[in-house]
Amino acid sequence: MPEQHTIRMEDLCYSIDGRKILENVSLVLEKGVNRTILGASGCGKTTILKLLLGLLKPDSGRIIIGGNPLEGLPESEQIRIRKQIAIVFQGGALFDSMTVGENVGYRMLQEGELTQREIERIVLEKLSFVGLKDTIDLYPAQLSGGMKKRVAISRALASNADYIFFDEPTTGLDPIGVYNICHLMRRLQEEGKTTLMVTHDMETAFAVSQKFSFIYRARLIFDGTREEMLHSDLPEIREFLKPTDASIFTRHK
Amino acid sequence: MNFAFIENTIKSTLLEIQSFFQLTWRAICKIFSAPFYYHEFAIQMDKIGVGSLFIIVLTGTFTGMVMALQALVQLKPFAATSYVGGMVAVTMVKELGPVLSSLMVAGRVGSAITAELGTMVVTEQIDAMKVEGTDIIKRLVTPRLKATILALPLLTVIADTVSLVGGYIIASGYGIKPIMYLNSITQFMYFTDYFEGLVKPLIFGFVISMVGCHVGLNTEGGAAGVGESAKRTVVFSSVLILVLDFFLAKFFVTIR
Repeated sequence: MPEQHTIRMEDLCYSIDGRKILENVSLVLEKGVNRTILGASGCGKTTILKLLLGLLKPDSGRIIIGGNPLEGLPESEQIRIRKQIAIVFQGGALFDSMTVGENVGYRMLQEGELTQREIERIVLEKLSFVGLKDTIDLYPAQLSGGMKKRVAISRALASNADYIFFDEPTTGLDPIGVYNICHLMRRLQEEGKTTLMVTHDMETAFAVSQKFSFIYRARLIFDGTREEMLHSDLPEIREFLKPTDASIFTRHK
Repeated sequence: MNFAFIENTIKSTLLEIQSFFQLTWRAICKIFSAPFYYHEFAIQMDKIGVGSLFIIVLTGTFTGMVMALQALVQLKPFAATSYVGGMVAVTMVKELGPVLSSLMVAGRVGSAITAELGTMVVTEQIDAMKVEGTDIIKRLVTPRLKATILALPLLTVIADTVSLVGGYIIASGYGIKPIMYLNSITQFMYFTDYFEGLVKPLIFGFVISMVGCHVGLNTEGGAAGVGESAKRTVVFSSVLILVLDFFLAKFFVTIR
């Protein structure tokens, strides 16, 4: 695949107060290949997303988005390159002080390139996509957890990014909420968006992704398809898929 | 207490001071550059200025009244009660007006700034804004900074004015005529006193907003962390106001 259609991580290392969170993690996200990063809670999955989004700076290693290494680039240029990426945070991260409509149209309002009428039209279209057209004038506090995540999805969609990251999108949702989110992710993929999800929920992961990466104790120990994962000989993966009382995850907690 | 603990405490304190000055410097640099977020500025002016009006009027009035009452008791044996207006004016305009207004605003507004920004941090709203390409300092810090440094001097002028009115209400009970009260004010007050009374709240406003924003943006640990941060803001800004007040007073005494 050409470099301009990939997001590449090369030997990323990240630590907090001397504790290694990620160690030499290398991964390539290809446009059109939907991927899930799996691993136990606290293993560094979300850190990968934050590094890619520029919210954290790696101790070492490189991030290359669309063939552009971010290293050494001015912040404004990094922001421009990163606009190819949008994210749906775990709790939605909607702006409390703004209405749902203002949340969805936030990036367009910031950029100021479209008229108010055009922004309103796009916002309505994106909210209709997630089935929440009627919530446009409500505030986030008036929405349920699942609705907040759906609004966050429509905000990510409105940003017109090619890659949409999902941080634990189904955590805390009831089965109907989980179904809705999976359904929306598949529809996003049909619209040509590439999704990268971090989760420890295997069911969701298998429902929406083609490729899977597995993080264990700060290292990327597996990268492959669903079949390869299911038939993997790695004890860490076998135990993750079918935990037992003597699970290594329990032992290492 | 072991050596490593002391070393870590010193290191983290120095890092916090460094990070505070970095944020302050970046906020100052960005205060005059677009986009200006007028809407956000107007909201903050309303919250900080209009929202604090009642508490400031109440504080000013009662402080003026108590100042006049105490002064009259002290001046009466010397038959100098006609000077009460001047005494209230000097104390209020130079010291109590700026300091009490700032302490009130630090408690009310500083903590609110921290709680708001802290909540945005722990609910990942700040991260979401950064991902959307927003400059956090321009969007969140500078409107609050501008609103506070503009609103606090205005609030102080209001506090000073109502304190003088409050002082007169008490003085009138002791037979002081309005003209005597006003004359003693002009007799005691100099231009530098008014200037000092305006410069202090300007600087205190700067301190309150920057401490509020810095502590808020560095909040960690969920709801408990937000509460802890709000408490830290009130303590830090109150102490800084009192310490700075001494140095500013010393400076104005020197240049007089």
